[in-house]
Amino acid sequence: MDNTDKTAIGRPAGKGLGFRKSLMTLAASVVFAASTHAATPSTAEVNTTGLAVTDDTVTVGILHSITGTMAISEIGSVQAEKLAIDQINASGGVLGRQIEFVQEDGASDWPTFAEKTRKLLRQDNVAAIFGAWTSASRKAILPVIEQFNGMLYYPTFYEGLEQSPNVVYTGQEATQQILASIDWAVENKGAKTFYLLGSDYIWPRTSNKIARKHIDKLGLKVVGEEYYPLGHTQFNSVINKIKLRKPDVIFASVVGGSNVAFYKQMKAAGVDFTDEKPLLLTISVTEDEIRGIGGENVEGIYASMKYFQSLDNPNNKEFVAAFKKAYGDDMVIGDVTQAAYLGPWLWKAAVEKAGSFDIDKIREEFAGIEFDKAPEGYVRIHENHHLWSKTRIGQAQLDGQYKVVYETEELMEPDPFPEGYQ
Amino acid sequence: MKHSPLMKWFASREGMYYLALAFLLVVLLPLVLEPFRLNMVGKYLTYAFVAIGLVMCWGKAGILSLGQGVFFGLGGYCMAMFLKLEASTPEATAIQSTPGIPDFMDWNQLTELPWFWEPFHSFSFTLLAVIGVPVLLAFVIGIAMFTRRVGGVYFAIITQAIAAVLTILIIGQQGYTGGVNGITDLQTLMGWDIRTDEARNILYFICVGMLFLCLFAARFVQNRKLGRILVAMNAQEMRVRFSGYDVAAFKIFVFCLAAAFAGIGGALFTLLVGFMSPSFIGIVASIEMVIFCALGGRLSILGAVYGALLVNAAKSGFSESFPELWPFAMGALFIGVVLAFPDGLAGLYKSYVMPLENKVFKRNKSEAVPAVSTPAAGTTDGYSPMTETYSPEKS
Repeated sequence: MDNTDKTAIGRPAGKGLGFRKSLMTLAASVVFAASTHAATPSTAEVNTTGLAVTDDTVTVGILHSITGTMAISEIGSVQAEKLAIDQINASGGVLGRQIEFVQEDGASDWPTFAEKTRKLLRQDNVAAIFGAWTSASRKAILPVIEQFNGMLYYPTFYEGLEQSPNVVYTGQEATQQILASIDWAVENKGAKTFYLLGSDYIWPRTSNKIARKHIDKLGLKVVGEEYYPLGHTQFNSVINKIKLRKPDVIFASVVGGSNVAFYKQMKAAGVDFTDEKPLLLTISVTEDEIRGIGGENVEGIYASMKYFQSLDNPNNKEFVAAFKKAYGDDMVIGDVTQAAYLGPWLWKAAVEKAGSFDIDKIREEFAGIEFDKAPEGYVRIHENHHLWSKTRIGQAQLDGQYKVVYETEELMEPDPFPEGYQ
Repeated sequence: MKHSPLMKWFASREGMYYLALAFLLVVLLPLVLEPFRLNMVGKYLTYAFVAIGLVMCWGKAGILSLGQGVFFGLGGYCMAMFLKLEASTPEATAIQSTPGIPDFMDWNQLTELPWFWEPFHSFSFTLLAVIGVPVLLAFVIGIAMFTRRVGGVYFAIITQAIAAVLTILIIGQQGYTGGVNGITDLQTLMGWDIRTDEARNILYFICVGMLFLCLFAARFVQNRKLGRILVAMNAQEMRVRFSGYDVAAFKIFVFCLAAAFAGIGGALFTLLVGFMSPSFIGIVASIEMVIFCALGGRLSILGAVYGALLVNAAKSGFSESFPELWPFAMGALFIGVVLAFPDGLAGLYKSYVMPLENKVFKRNKSEAVPAVSTPAAGTTDGYSPMTETYSPEKS
């Protein structure tokens, strides 16, 4: 797209932009005025706030870490978002406009996420940002995206306690993932005692807080709760404690590379998860992580997510086939990857419902937007910007896939500020 | 020459270099850059504070610190704590179980403000702490290390260990520090919204102003006898000691000076960027800061400023153009610079641009000798960076 054009329709001047900017605006408005006849709804009509929308294209941003320690997790999200964008473009685009994207690298560095968000919003004037993965990167983006009134589509399951008017949370918040899974363990596996284990940052801590409150409510017992720094690789002491206290369930929210060490050391200590003594229930190990850990080390563990690659429904079969076609047969698709895939589709639905790319108009339309082609089945946006979705329990198989053993009957309501769990 | 009037200094070659930098930062960049890009330049400049400190500490005195991020981070955290408290009014945090404390404390089940946060309600205390806390830590480290004659590689390793320890401490104590997320969502400084373009522009100019103050402070030190003792210490520490100087005291001084510069840079960073996180304290950040300094020329305080600007601009530029390959481009840049111009940009300038400059201005030879960093022609020090070699093993 043309640079002058972008400046011309840029955000309202007057914020100290001065002479230089107004001169360019003047020059470019001539260009702009001469090019506003189009078949689809006119650009002036669908874009009143100066986003990067032309008569036949609209630009969005993709902002994930594709270098650094988080790259291994986030690249799946990038691939899913690009796939969704390609598919939307092939089916005619959004409001008759083809989606173009600007990709930026967050480099696993939270401040970089903030800087790149500013760049995407101020310089590229993107109509939406699909991005962020860790809570820390989302927290870094948040003030920027709220200040410049952008819209972030955030794919990761996360701790809740947040509800920004400028974010759509396409992953699950903590209660959706946790409450159903603990109920399942209690009802189906007769669990009475729990050992909570996590990496030391906000998501595992909040998740375990919710888990603990729920376990207390059920009148059951937490026999241990421990946290280890990100990247920690020595789990022998906790494994000894677990053997000593014999919990029925280990509730694990260990993330990233630590998982490899944890599951290998569990196995080396003679724990066979297929015995389910103790039963291991994780909310953090997706198919992506299993690729790193090795199927033989996690065979038998249970995971609580909203999506598994093995889900048996037509949407998912189509999605998995398209994903493998685009990125190779050896790809696996985890929960977050699927949630990232929803982002562009939900954005498209909201834009078309609003008949406009304007962030403020889209926001009005979010509540109740449905997407029935979602690989996970059917999702709907709640007025709190989170998704109604089902929670599923899968059991890890030797080949690194999960076998779905349980699925909630109803969609779980997202509740980022759960009463009684804070 | 040393006591010549200010105007004469500005007309000298060294004065010209400062004027050129001032012109670039005050006039040229604000005119040609979008407000958002200018804000990024401001961010790069905050690293220049650290780089100037490193020139004094490493380039001049030969003390290689791989933990300058610690001081940068402490300055930044002090400022961030003040801003966070201001943003956490009971009204703004009404949704929390304990209103009136920062949000991350509430998430971590803290129910009251920890004692060490209390003083940061006061802005004047915060300003003191921005410089005071890093200097105090530097002083303690300095006393512990230099009086025991720990130097060279050992000192570098210890500073690096301190950077690692502090990062782990901050990440581990997330209820008190914000953990790995850092302290985010900073909004106002004494009621003044620091997120608007106007505010960021004003902060940019404040940053430039502070940078020049630090440059002049560094120049003042290097042009005094003190500066020459630092250089002498680097070259022949024993000889300086046997001449009756207390080497440890000078080392502690210059280390504290570098820490003060870094602390100021950190505080300005927090203001310009709007948050602070442990990733600026860690080992990688600290080593990057040494690279800014090395690339600019570790003997030149002006070179350090350009080094910080260029490396960061290249980082942003590369990562925008090649989101998947940019770390390789950065690596190539560093290797290239170190192999081709070991004295960094300043060395490059001295060998290639200066001769041209001499031709143009028809300067006589006596005035052409000093390098960018060295004082105006004719000062007494007669020290030329090109003739001095650095070896960390020496001490």
